[in-house]
Amino acid sequence: MNSIADFKPGDIATIIGFTGEMELQSRLVEMGFVPGIHIRIVKYAPWKGLVELKIRNYHVSIRMSDAKNIKVKKYGY
Amino acid sequence: MVTNFSDDKYIALIGNPNCGKTAVFNHLTGLNQKVSNYPGITVEKKTGKLKSDFDEDIYILDLPGTYSITPESIDERVVAEQFMDWIHGINKPSAIISVVDATNLSRNLYLTTQLLDLGIPVILALNMMDCVKDKSVLPEYSVLKEKFGLSAVVPMSALEGWGIDGLKNAIQTSITTCKPRKSRMLFSSHLEIHELLNPLVKFLQQQFDYTPRLARVQALRLITRQSAVDLYRPPHSGEHYFDTEIVSEIERLSGKAVQAIDKAGLNHRTLEATIRYTWLDNLLKQSENKKIEGLIKISRSEKLDKILTHRIFGPIIFISLLVFIFQSIFTWSTYPMDWINAGIEIIGNYILDIMSAGILRDLLVEGVVGGVGAILIFLPQILILVFFMTLLEDSGYMSRVAFMLDKFMTKVGLHGRSVLPLMSGYACAIPGVMASRTIDGWKERLTTIMVLPLMSCSARLPIYALMIGAFIPARKVFGLFNLQGLTLIFMYFLGTFTALVIAKILSKFIKTKGRSSFVMELPPYRVPLMRSVFHQVYTRGKLFLFNAGKIILSVSIVLWFLASFPIADKADGADSDRINPIHNSYAGKIGHAIEPIIKPLGFDWKIGVGLITSFAAREVVISTLATLYNVEGDDENVVSLSESMKNDINPKTGLPVYSTLVALSLMVFYVFAAQCMATFAIVRHETNSWKWPLIMITYMTSLAYLASFIVYQVGSLIGKF
Repeated sequence: MNSIADFKPGDIATIIGFTGEMELQSRLVEMGFVPGIHIRIVKYAPWKGLVELKIRNYHVSIRMSDAKNIKVKKYGY
Repeated sequence: MVTNFSDDKYIALIGNPNCGKTAVFNHLTGLNQKVSNYPGITVEKKTGKLKSDFDEDIYILDLPGTYSITPESIDERVVAEQFMDWIHGINKPSAIISVVDATNLSRNLYLTTQLLDLGIPVILALNMMDCVKDKSVLPEYSVLKEKFGLSAVVPMSALEGWGIDGLKNAIQTSITTCKPRKSRMLFSSHLEIHELLNPLVKFLQQQFDYTPRLARVQALRLITRQSAVDLYRPPHSGEHYFDTEIVSEIERLSGKAVQAIDKAGLNHRTLEATIRYTWLDNLLKQSENKKIEGLIKISRSEKLDKILTHRIFGPIIFISLLVFIFQSIFTWSTYPMDWINAGIEIIGNYILDIMSAGILRDLLVEGVVGGVGAILIFLPQILILVFFMTLLEDSGYMSRVAFMLDKFMTKVGLHGRSVLPLMSGYACAIPGVMASRTIDGWKERLTTIMVLPLMSCSARLPIYALMIGAFIPARKVFGLFNLQGLTLIFMYFLGTFTALVIAKILSKFIKTKGRSSFVMELPPYRVPLMRSVFHQVYTRGKLFLFNAGKIILSVSIVLWFLASFPIADKADGADSDRINPIHNSYAGKIGHAIEPIIKPLGFDWKIGVGLITSFAAREVVISTLATLYNVEGDDENVVSLSESMKNDINPKTGLPVYSTLVALSLMVFYVFAAQCMATFAIVRHETNSWKWPLIMITYMTSLAYLASFIVYQVGSLIGKF
């Protein structure tokens, strides 16, 4: 299963869900990270600590360790 | 449903971070609360009176921004606790204004759906309409109103200032009718979920008299995460106290519901949000094409970010900005400082002219004008600093800095969200400590608070400026930098660097309570509103002057008495030329008593007096020295502090009291010294214990003494060779 961390800046992906016990998922889903929603990977922060995403017409950044727990598939597949 | 209003009717403003709530609040109340372009700038409740021509007084409550009423951080908990009061019938507002960012409707409306469960009328303020280019993406207002069961939908722009009257009218209508409309959002389509939650729902209904709808959504919320359950426990339960047995029962039933939900193949952590978004997305009905189109579109902010948050250029630009700001503090302030200095001399000499010699004249000239005047000179530098800091925040740049530095900050035990509190510490530690509420991990938050006073605040600026101006030559180095500016940057760097080192050490000792995460919105860049920037500068300046007026004035007056009395007996006058009577004054005696302790740092008795008086606030050391020199000097004019310091000769050794080395030692002392009562008070308040402020005072004072000792002793050794 792919996670956001497997994608490159510029890629568009569709959210499937979250891995296991990830605590942050409650907050992310409240911010609109629901299954079926598309996201664009915008860029990585310096030193690759964070990744910037575009979702629902806003930009948000999360840690790579959390991005690894967001399951996605490539858009259109 | 019966709604009990307390005597004062009020309206609550709720919305996502950075949706413009506080700007709406300012419009409604005519107040001037700080607005900015950083998600989470409001961290506490604020109230004001609605400016309108209604017959009765209506109050407006501004709350911190939140994405949901289940909290993740302290600032969000303020909203959640307010919510707990309301659902248990305490202090309900007459209506809620749900402020939403119209450019980002679906995520903003999520919170609105949570508000609708309360049975309180909800007015939807569609803010930032000026930024919506394509109005066709918005749903029909009438549909929105109907489906949500809203009292009114008001399109507006707090930035451009339109739609405010519409909002005021909506407030009046909902107050006079005060009956909430029924929204269509029911969970009737999720029967199997009802079944699984039923024991918990029943318990909530029986125990707290919730409406069926509220009980259901509350049950959904309780199973998402622990922080929802914790809201029933003191001290988070607001005005309410629930018996331990009741809370245990809630926890037990929630646990059972979690098991049941997960067994049914659902995810308890995301269930509430998934149900709400399914309903919401269905209602907003955006076509697949539109969604992708919006996603691919590269905004102007994103283009700017290609450089500003670039892996390599981003950090370089950030550092250059800081260097530029601290250089400007020196270069831009020269003229205004001269003007203020001239003004103070004129006032001092005027008093000398019109008053006859005597104690009162001495007090006014030496104590008041000399002491307070010495501090006033530094106002321009503080204003320049605040001006730049406000620009960085209001433009939207600060959230990018958090984005760039999170990785680095986590390495030293801090958090990306520590950057804004730490940088506002350059102006003053107190708002910095407050701003740390947005950090969701307790450990990172506490570490941030504990190292924050090491960031050189504007009260240190006068001390650096005085010492640098008097003892560091204004030479150009490398043909580009001013040596004075560089020394200043070094002092700021020393404090910041030490803060990071101490953070690393502290984080090894502070135990973790809960996890830490980083979710931060990057709002679009905006051209800062000059009105709001200048207001911020004005507020800060006023605060500084107020302090100068209150603390510094009183300390200066008391000090003048201590330095002037007892008056030496002129009869044994032969000595008085050599040894100034000030040495025998009370202040002189105190200073000489502590001189042995501070001598290894290169400080004389006058600085000793300053160290004591400045325990309340750092800048007092300046006015203290000024008053002491004025008392010591002759009466003929107000002496400039830096001149007197340069000319001060130690009567015993015949050498100057101050050298560049003493100046450096003193500056380094103030980089580290814990000298601010107000900071200790706020740290005590925010950490809820005396332990942390006491640790803070201890470690900072030791650090100050040690560092100063090393600077002076090593410096003296080098000087000998």
